[in-house]
Amino acid sequence: MSEARIKVSGLKKSFGDVRAVDGISFDVMDGELFGFLGPNGAGKTTTINMLTGLARPDAGTITVGGIDCSKNPKSAQYLIGVVPDESNLYPELTGYDNLCFCGGLYGMRSTERKARAAELLELFGLAGVAERKFSGYSRGMKRRLTIAAGIMHSPPILFLDEPTTGIDVQSARLTRKILQELHFSGTTIFLTTHYIEEAERMCDRIAFMVNGLIVRVDSVNNLLKPVEDREVVQVSVLGPEVPNLKVLGNLFPDYSIDRAANGGIRIESTGKINVGAVVRLFEDHGFEVAEVKRTVLSLEDVFVRVTGLKAGVMDK
Amino acid sequence: MVVRGENDRKGKLLTAFMSILMKDMRAYYLKPPNISWGLLFPLVWTGMFFVKSGMGSENILSLLPGMVSISILFGTTSMLAVTVTFERKAKAFERLLLAPIPLGLLMLSKTSGAILFGILNAFVPFIIGFVLLTDFSAFVWGAIVPAVILIAVVSTFLAMFIAVSVSEVFEAQTFSNFFRFPMMFLCGLFFPISELPDFLQPLSFLLPLTYGADILHGAIAGNNMMPLSFDFLMISLFILLLFVLALRNIHRRWVM
Repeated sequence: MSEARIKVSGLKKSFGDVRAVDGISFDVMDGELFGFLGPNGAGKTTTINMLTGLARPDAGTITVGGIDCSKNPKSAQYLIGVVPDESNLYPELTGYDNLCFCGGLYGMRSTERKARAAELLELFGLAGVAERKFSGYSRGMKRRLTIAAGIMHSPPILFLDEPTTGIDVQSARLTRKILQELHFSGTTIFLTTHYIEEAERMCDRIAFMVNGLIVRVDSVNNLLKPVEDREVVQVSVLGPEVPNLKVLGNLFPDYSIDRAANGGIRIESTGKINVGAVVRLFEDHGFEVAEVKRTVLSLEDVFVRVTGLKAGVMDK
Repeated sequence: MVVRGENDRKGKLLTAFMSILMKDMRAYYLKPPNISWGLLFPLVWTGMFFVKSGMGSENILSLLPGMVSISILFGTTSMLAVTVTFERKAKAFERLLLAPIPLGLLMLSKTSGAILFGILNAFVPFIIGFVLLTDFSAFVWGAIVPAVILIAVVSTFLAMFIAVSVSEVFEAQTFSNFFRFPMMFLCGLFFPISELPDFLQPLSFLLPLTYGADILHGAIAGNNMMPLSFDFLMISLFILLLFVLALRNIHRRWVM
């Protein structure tokens, strides 16, 4: 990872009064798997559209593979593969013909694209349905073929917009595995996703985007550093009544206590939490403890802290 | 090295052009809906007109320019406007916009299938004329062939302009019919423009098919209304205008 493959500076885009992207800047290094995280409406797709030539920026510069996209967008498009958020291949063509067609768009010769299409259909587990029309594919198959179409011409830079959203577990797992293989083979990957744990597991660096702004860009390790020695315990109680947070706070002044997303109590500490003492105290105050779960802080917690958004907002 | 690089780039663009053309021919143009609308409808309509007018087969020369024009018009416009709008709605058109093909060439490749289909359609009335033992000896083929090509191009670009000016498939269908059905009456296909009511005649000269049909009338039956050079100039200007407007609309509406 020596030089920047994608350089973005002061990028802006508005639609009427809505400022979708508000002056963002970042670099994606050669061979890096770069995650772009944010809730719906954060400006991720608009950013990807500008980077790939589907939208014109109002201001700012984009350089892809050393090519200034404002001056020569079509040359830059030879270097990139794009997997959009929707499976947008041709329903009336077979899987095989769709891939051959996509190869043709990048000037691949007939023999070359036939061999590559067969190779990708095998890799994505679609060889058995190669001659079936795209309209007859399941959602997971459609997604896999759309990703295969994006890498048909073996681009050195790949943009993926929510590649695993809405597909079955098996397809998602296969997709992640293939993306990791592409990453290890040196492809620069720009990935937008809702799934924080997916980004945490796969990406080298991550940008958090909220309301058209990038609020933080860092490596996954650096992002997790402030929370890695923290411990979290979630306590669920039976019945509709829940303990008063203020009272709990007074009883455990060393712990940070909050309401958990599931309705229980979330206790966080920089040191070890004495779970036995916590349970006893709950029971002494008349609450029947149903479950105690010890967890470690994840990238989602970091995201919540950095962006100020509530946990679960990415799922919406 | 520079020359080889340039040749390589041109070779890639040609491959891309051919891929789009072949895909569209397979996916859209050689399918029953297009054949029925593009081929059968103009033939049946013209046949009806022929029977109703009480003409004999000796009058085929006066009908042939209109039959050829209408066959090209419906052959080119039946599918293109709808497919482009459909691909845009399904986001498949984005795949083309993401490919490293200049927009002008992309739209030429997207329209080339319709142009070819329109030109093929033009053969059908000539075959009918041949079957009815029409005398082709006085035909000026040097004007007929370019006229057929230009009518196919201008009709296709009209359909493309409609396709990139609307958002929904039904709008594309409506606007296509809004143009092509009146053109059947207003462009002098089956009766002279001079027989139209006075207030409608200026409209005829705003429609590109008027000039294409006039060339065919001149080249087939020698009864053109305007000089053929003027007809060629006007139809070429319409082609240029519609292409530029269509590209401008794509830039403004689709690459936002």
